[in-house]
Amino acid sequence: MNFIRYSTIYFLISFILTVSSIAALFVFGLRLGPEFTGGSILEVQYQETAPSPEELRTLLSPLGLESLQIQGTGENRVIFRMKEVPESSRSQIITSLGERATELRFESIGPVIGKELRQKTFVIAGLALLIIVAYVAFAFRRTMGAFAPWHWGIASLLSLFHDVFLPLGLLALVGTLSDFELNISVVVALLTVIGYSINNNIVVFDRVRENLLGRTGFDLQDTVNKSLRQTFVRNMNTSLTTLIPLAAIFLFGGDTLRGFALVLMAGIIVGFYSALFFSPAFLVRVFGKGSTS
Amino acid sequence: MLGNCDMRKGKTFIILALVLLAGIAAGYFVYQQARPFQLGLDLQGGVHLVYEADTSQIPQSDVDSAVEGLRDVIERRVNFFGVKEPLVQTEGRGEKRRLIVELAGVIDPKQAVELIGLTPYLEFGEGDPFQATPLTGRYLKKAEIAFDNVTNEPIVTIQFNDEGAKLFEEITERNIGKPLAIFLDGQILSAPIVQDKISGGSAQITGRFTRQEAQEIARNLNAGALPLPITLISQQNVGATLGVESLKLSLRAGLLGFLGVLLFMIVFYRFLGVFAVLSLLLYALFILALFKFIPVTLTLAGIAGFILSLGMAVDANILIFSRMKEELKEGRSFAGSLEEGFRRAWPSIRDGNITTLLVGVILFWFGSSFVQGFALTLSIGILMSMFTALIVTRNLLNLFAGTRLSNISWLWK
Repeated sequence: MNFIRYSTIYFLISFILTVSSIAALFVFGLRLGPEFTGGSILEVQYQETAPSPEELRTLLSPLGLESLQIQGTGENRVIFRMKEVPESSRSQIITSLGERATELRFESIGPVIGKELRQKTFVIAGLALLIIVAYVAFAFRRTMGAFAPWHWGIASLLSLFHDVFLPLGLLALVGTLSDFELNISVVVALLTVIGYSINNNIVVFDRVRENLLGRTGFDLQDTVNKSLRQTFVRNMNTSLTTLIPLAAIFLFGGDTLRGFALVLMAGIIVGFYSALFFSPAFLVRVFGKGSTS
Repeated sequence: MLGNCDMRKGKTFIILALVLLAGIAAGYFVYQQARPFQLGLDLQGGVHLVYEADTSQIPQSDVDSAVEGLRDVIERRVNFFGVKEPLVQTEGRGEKRRLIVELAGVIDPKQAVELIGLTPYLEFGEGDPFQATPLTGRYLKKAEIAFDNVTNEPIVTIQFNDEGAKLFEEITERNIGKPLAIFLDGQILSAPIVQDKISGGSAQITGRFTRQEAQEIARNLNAGALPLPITLISQQNVGATLGVESLKLSLRAGLLGFLGVLLFMIVFYRFLGVFAVLSLLLYALFILALFKFIPVTLTLAGIAGFILSLGMAVDANILIFSRMKEELKEGRSFAGSLEEGFRRAWPSIRDGNITTLLVGVILFWFGSSFVQGFALTLSIGILMSMFTALIVTRNLLNLFAGTRLSNISWLWK
């Protein structure tokens, strides 16, 4: 199989997917979890079928809760979202709902904390990208044929770009149908994707480097192709063994971790693609000009 | 030559015997009920509260001791609940100080918030209008209910510590003939006219209390006047029902994921897969034992990290097997392929795991408890997986080097 021959197609696929993911983010938007915006969430469970959101809204209207959203989940559970309220309001709501409703969880996060976490997330994400690219450049610090250390770094960074945006775009798309939001667990999933997909990149690059040293293959394209054929099965299997437990979490692990599992699965699938198809092709086509291995 | 080989085999046997013993010990330790796993709030239910302390009213140099005092007072209050191992910790530096309270188990959050947030915040004000003085509840030694000699009305007597007594003396001295206001929780209780300088640090609060009110004030002041005013800025309650449900669901997901990975390895790698399975079983036992031993507080995120690590843990095996197969195809002997496979796979294993570890460390810096739980179990998992792949799988395969089985090439390809 000649991986590099179709590189134009890969670039096109990558471009279209990334652009449409960013478009999905803009068009559908992603609801931020209360940990980022500040706000309160109350989830209750009814013994039998829960009352309709309209009924509940009428029931709670005397409390004057600001920007209240009511949403049923499953048969007998209801989630209330509102502007952040003190403990006293929580107990008022519980009292108003009556005996039949049991509180499952309540979260109230002040706007200060929300803002802090938002800022922290940006800093941490930036830091993660920087450190990882620096590490790749360090691990491949010896110039190999046509490739300077930062060439490997740039190729990895670009592949990370779609590894992060595609899952986010998917989340925005799925979020229109079902109840997904960008919360802290999704951020954790994305950061894990960053570490994980670089892992795939490194294995491929490692092989390319080894083959360049051993002068296998009659030109650069052939060497890279050979490396990709050699690492294909490993990358596929590792991705699959990681996807299996994630699928178990997604299907059986409960609501809390569903968004987390979804984003990680998407990230791993995209990461598999980008490590084998995008970044090696990019390396050869952009940085490998004029090289005969 | 033969002797050398025998010696190597001997070493392999010893290592494997040790690993097996450790595995049995770990299995017993995990199974043992006497020392259960430590579960986080989200898995057993509980209340997580974050308070912000207002340090603007006290000099910078006193902030540390005031925050420490605040923690002590809250700790005493929290102990009323009788929950196992309540957590009260402070966070932040300089002027920004926070207090985190975690109460596990079945707790009425309303009661908890009321009791902790109880602010018998005592202040004294002088001048007109009243200005805050440095004398506050943090200098309080004790408070008691008493009765006025003349009117027989219930009053609250307070006793300051040495530092407070000195402050009180200074304040009364410069306010003779003027009123000195006593505030509790920002509300003025009384503003008696100071007759004379008061030394010794005793004061009275009168305020037309009923007996019950006076008793309550005294009790609250004793339970600890907060040295700093605090506000609740974040609250999380998890009901015990949801906690148990989350635990059950995540364990089921973990078990199914584990079995799925085992099955995949056997189907894809057949005989070689068996070694990966043995290695992964040991991996899971060691990790679980380690979680108990350290102990790691298991949260939902932590369990997710562990489940994810099950999939990642076999990666080192996969890398090694792929390399081994290549070497075998090129016609190398079993022992040679094994040696070469491990040697060549190592840079990839190292570099790949380091990037995931780096992310783990970065996530740990993040600070929020959800993220830390995940980062910790994932990082432990990655380190352990390198150990099991390099020690366990390798030595298991070493057992077969030079045996008849190793010559049956279809078994290994």
